[in-house]
Amino acid sequence: MRLYQLFFIFLFFLISQTASSIEIVVNEGAEGALPIAIVPFAWKNNNQPGKTDIAAVIRADLRRSGMFSPLAVNTLPARPNLDTPINYERWRGTSAENLVIGDITATSGDRYEVRFKMFDVYTKQQILAYRFSISKRNIRRVAHQISDMIYEKLIGVRGAFDTLIAYVIANNDLKRNKRTYTLAVAESDGFNEQIVLRSKQPIMSPAWSPSGKRLAYVSFEKGRSIIYIQELKTGKRKQVSSFKGINSAPRWSPDGKRLAISISKDGNAEVYILYINSGVLQRITNHYGIDTEPDWAPDGKSIVFTSDRGGKPQLYQINIGPRGRAGNPHRLTFEGNYNSRGSHSPDGNFITYITRENGSFRVASMNLKNGAIQILTQSRLDESPSFSPNGKLIIYATELRGRGVLEVVSVDGALSPQRLRVRSGDVRDPAWSGFRSKK
Amino acid sequence: MLKIVMLMLLLVLAGCTTTGGDKDGDGAQVEERTGDSSSNQDAQASGMKDGEGMNGSSMSDAQKYSIQALNDPNSTLSIRTVYFAFDSSEISAESQELLVEHARFLSYNPEVQVVLEGHADERGTRDYNLALGERRAKSVHEFLTAQGVNHTQLEVISYGEEKPVDLEHNESAWALNRRVELIYP
Repeated sequence: MRLYQLFFIFLFFLISQTASSIEIVVNEGAEGALPIAIVPFAWKNNNQPGKTDIAAVIRADLRRSGMFSPLAVNTLPARPNLDTPINYERWRGTSAENLVIGDITATSGDRYEVRFKMFDVYTKQQILAYRFSISKRNIRRVAHQISDMIYEKLIGVRGAFDTLIAYVIANNDLKRNKRTYTLAVAESDGFNEQIVLRSKQPIMSPAWSPSGKRLAYVSFEKGRSIIYIQELKTGKRKQVSSFKGINSAPRWSPDGKRLAISISKDGNAEVYILYINSGVLQRITNHYGIDTEPDWAPDGKSIVFTSDRGGKPQLYQINIGPRGRAGNPHRLTFEGNYNSRGSHSPDGNFITYITRENGSFRVASMNLKNGAIQILTQSRLDESPSFSPNGKLIIYATELRGRGVLEVVSVDGALSPQRLRVRSGDVRDPAWSGFRSKK
Repeated sequence: MLKIVMLMLLLVLAGCTTTGGDKDGDGAQVEERTGDSSSNQDAQASGMKDGEGMNGSSMSDAQKYSIQALNDPNSTLSIRTVYFAFDSSEISAESQELLVEHARFLSYNPEVQVVLEGHADERGTRDYNLALGERRAKSVHEFLTAQGVNHTQLEVISYGEEKPVDLEHNESAWALNRRVELIYP
């Protein structure tokens, strides 16, 4: 089952890795981070080892989660391999509690076999072992999958390393009156960036379909906002909402058949549900205020949206039935006079959103069961927060020293914001994909 | 296999766009709001007085609102931006005066169309700002139609916070970005 999944990958990952727009800057990890030793994977029968250092990818993944503190390569006391016994005494002297060893063997053509095992240094038990058979282009992805397995084994929650993020990069050269906008997708560590769309006009609001095969987004290439759906593998796309006025804020229903959108064809921005195949529209809001930024609950039975019907933007929730809206919206946020852009956690228990506190726009989360609120950042121009598919992290866009950057913060506030630094341009509008492989 | 890769890459890039004209050409002009608008104004507030005798310095309305006036850098019509206070879509008294001039021009030239392009500053969330930009452009639309402009001459578009004219992250930049631009052909 898993081997088959590795074949099912977007074709554009065949394209060799070029310079990404983003790179990771990892700040200090959380307290209580687990020390772990990841030994460089040995290249067995291949005289020319590939460019990807699997162990380095794994170390970076685990460090970035804030839950692990991988030993630096140059402090490893030994380089054990999978075929000879391990001298555990040498590892007891380090702080590492777990030891990961692996290797890569070239098989036929451009195929490889990757093996790894994880051991508990103290009990000397093997606690994980796995073997992958993959093609060369998936080496980096296998590294993320190994990170996921290690994370899940030791933390007890599924890892989110084998995931993708979509984002928009804006390059504004106002002196030369030149703007370029790019919609791109990269692996969760910012590598293997692939361009989805390039334009001289703005692009906004990328949203992943539940299958991960398509992105919905807003493009101004025709001189106004229009919603498109694009299939990532082929690049094929279609316009799905180009009504008079604004077409914006697409979000996929959990069943992948509908988009919640905000359009103003009836006079001002209202939330609608659009059936993608038939084009049927169900109107969800009907108010002269601005209603926008809809987000589905994971069970598909309600939508949270932003509305300024009360004078200032606040979050509201409305139930959804088979015929569209079921009942009236009720307000969720009462603290502060600006709360917008709600986004559900994968288990549906939390929403993350932007709140204005003393003039600063910050990322907050609210427990939907008891209304408890936590403010997670201390920056001033945050926007577009969304959860990782395991519900542990929130990615958002913010401004740092004049540039638009992406940051990741942990939901429990334990991990300080990790920055995904840009090389050029302003990065914004991040969207975290779901898990790429089935469980 | 590589050929298929290249083909796929081409298909992805074919999904890319080039677009029509960039509408920001007069971005540089709009930063200054001069007090010039009153220099040629008639004494009366309203009215299309064609050729009626006024003091020697002022032109007739027909001249002042002729199609050529649109390209005259000394005409009020060269000012094409309306600014807004934070979180507001109310049109200031000064902007109302400006819009009255544009309304007159449009009434004199019913074949001319103008796009009202709404914008917001970067603070807050993007999709909400897209709607806020539209609200501002609609506010200008309402004002112009109340002045007698035919709605068929007007089109409303919003770019939200996506096309700032000032890329700084401070109050003066935000003030310049909260605007509606009148885009003539």
